[in-house]
Amino acid sequence: MAKRVEATGVTAYYGSFKAIDNINLRVEPKTVTALIGPSGCGKSTFLRSINRMHEVLPGARVEGSLTVDDENIYDKDVDVTAVRRMIGMVFQRPNPFPTMSIFDNVVAGLKLNGVRRKSVLQDAAEKALRSANLWDEVKDRLGKPGAGLSGGQQQRLCIARTIAVEPQVVLMDEPCSALDPISTLAIEDLMFKLKDKYTIIIVTHNMQQAARVSDRTAFFSIERTGDPGRLIEHDSTQKIFSNPSQKKTEDYITGRFG
Amino acid sequence: MADRHSRSADVSTGGPGVTSSHARPAGATASTGVLDGQPGGNAPVPPDFRINGGGLGGGGSLPRRKGFGAESMFRGLTLAAGTMVLVIIVAITVFLIAKAVPALRADDANFLTETDWFANDSPPRFGIAALAFGTVVSAVIALVVAVPIALGIALYLSHYAHQRIATTLGFLIDLLAAVPSVVFGLWGVIVFVEPVRDFSVWLNKYFSWIPLFGGDGPFGRSLMLGGLVLAIMVLPIITSLSREVFMQTPTANEEAALALGSTKWEMIRTAVLPYGRPGVIASVMLGLGRALGETIALAMTLGFINEISPNIIKNGGNTIAANIANGFGEAGEIGRGALIASGLVLFTITLVVNMIARAIIYRRREFTESAA
Ligand SMILES: Nc1ncnc2c1ncn2[C@@H]1O[C@H](COP(=O)(O)OP(=O)(O)OP(=O)(O)O)[C@@H](O)[C@H]1O
Ligand SMILES: [Mg+2]
Repeated sequence: MAKRVEATGVTAYYGSFKAIDNINLRVEPKTVTALIGPSGCGKSTFLRSINRMHEVLPGARVEGSLTVDDENIYDKDVDVTAVRRMIGMVFQRPNPFPTMSIFDNVVAGLKLNGVRRKSVLQDAAEKALRSANLWDEVKDRLGKPGAGLSGGQQQRLCIARTIAVEPQVVLMDEPCSALDPISTLAIEDLMFKLKDKYTIIIVTHNMQQAARVSDRTAFFSIERTGDPGRLIEHDSTQKIFSNPSQKKTEDYITGRFG
Repeated sequence: MADRHSRSADVSTGGPGVTSSHARPAGATASTGVLDGQPGGNAPVPPDFRINGGGLGGGGSLPRRKGFGAESMFRGLTLAAGTMVLVIIVAITVFLIAKAVPALRADDANFLTETDWFANDSPPRFGIAALAFGTVVSAVIALVVAVPIALGIALYLSHYAHQRIATTLGFLIDLLAAVPSVVFGLWGVIVFVEPVRDFSVWLNKYFSWIPLFGGDGPFGRSLMLGGLVLAIMVLPIITSLSREVFMQTPTANEEAALALGSTKWEMIRTAVLPYGRPGVIASVMLGLGRALGETIALAMTLGFINEISPNIIKNGGNTIAANIANGFGEAGEIGRGALIASGLVLFTITLVVNMIARAIIYRRREFTESAA
């Protein structure tokens, strides 16, 4: 159910602008890895290159290799949709499909995969919503629009939608940045739970959050604006937050950055 | 309270700092504090307070409400404009009904079921049935042909075509919308009628067992010709509006679908089409309105036989609007009243169609509203 992700020499461009340069990072199965670093250092760019969402933008491209259990997802004959099914993504702002009910939102991915049987969909929806800690709050109004939920509920709905297709890896780009502390805690709890089954990579600006939820932390940074982002240090979260080996990392986590 | 008051007094009682910031061009005021090298100017005033306040926040006592100012004048103006529209509509309606009723009284046939239109005979015999039928059928043909093509082009322009192609093609389609309908009529009856006739003959040869394509000619100046010309006329409306709403689909939703592993077409079905649905319905309704009310293009292309027949390829067909255009010149008093009555029926048809469209949009309001 969970796979190892390994980036080797990943470099990503927006047109001619190089946003990240030569990222080498290995993420073990069933762990949570936090990506931290100052704004604009390419965390989102790197995250989006892991499920090939980067190339969706016009002119954007990725070089290097990214393997998931030794399969290079950037191989020419790999089906992009299969990659994205295997590597789910939760976005910074909750983005449920506005025209769909809660239920239809959760099973959207399954329907895209051709699952039609009502009973299968119902079971899958309940399971995903339970894993996302949302079931009790919405079980009586599954037919209501997904966009009518609170922000935190919407984000958990998006998580449910992502895990309903049972991916191997779950990517989260600042999933709590639009949420209140209670919803944030709910989602952090959720990450603990999901770790049993999935490999999780999360971008966060919240140091406490990184320290709380992640096993390993990767620190990205840029020299100056216009330079590409680089991976400065990658180690166990404990080490990064107590005794980082790079001066830059220490400056950043102690707030002396910039 | 006291604190706030002293602050605003600082700002607006006109100390030298304030006057100097007034003297600067608008763009420069934001950075006054920084440029002056005296952060915040007057110490207790946060810089942004000065930007927004700039003295407008008011110190001293509150000014009295103005009895007559731009505000109340504007309100009066809009009220007058709104009322005027209402008055004009009521006046037109009253006038039309007043003209139509005597003609309907004089009608020797049942206005609703009679197919012929001999309003100038004595006694006058006329009915709306065949005209209403032709109006609806030609509009339906137009939509059946135009909507799929228009949506296809709109999707192509919004999600598939390269920027430059999309701009050029979009421009050409908008150009199509600018062609006057009389030109479409001329083109339809002189040029387009030939291929349509050939096509009708072919349809008749192989599909005459379908009532739509039966009969034994002559073919050509038929409801199908009229409907196809209408289709070309409504195509640009539906295309450009649908393209607009498709392009407004939030990127977040498109990416959500893609991240679930959908292909481009699946993404369009999951995110773009449902999001654009109300807009598409609205654009189709606008197109339908145009098709129902189109006058001159149909007056030139149709074969003018008032009958209700399922056959859409043989010469004939007539619509309410075309009948008015063709008949108004030589109509007498009763004839005019009869045409006005038919116009009221057209108005009713359009109204009903619009109400149905609204009902469709309204039914999913819970979803579309939270989408906005
Ligand atoms: N769509 C885009 N087109 C062009 N450049 C982009 C685009 N998105 C991001 N960039 C640039 O790429 C660089 C990395 O951006 P990215 O969004 O990955 O940063 P980030 O680390 O996620 O920042 P944040 O913490 O603010 O989310 C930035 O310099 C940014 O300006
Ligand atoms: Mg980001």
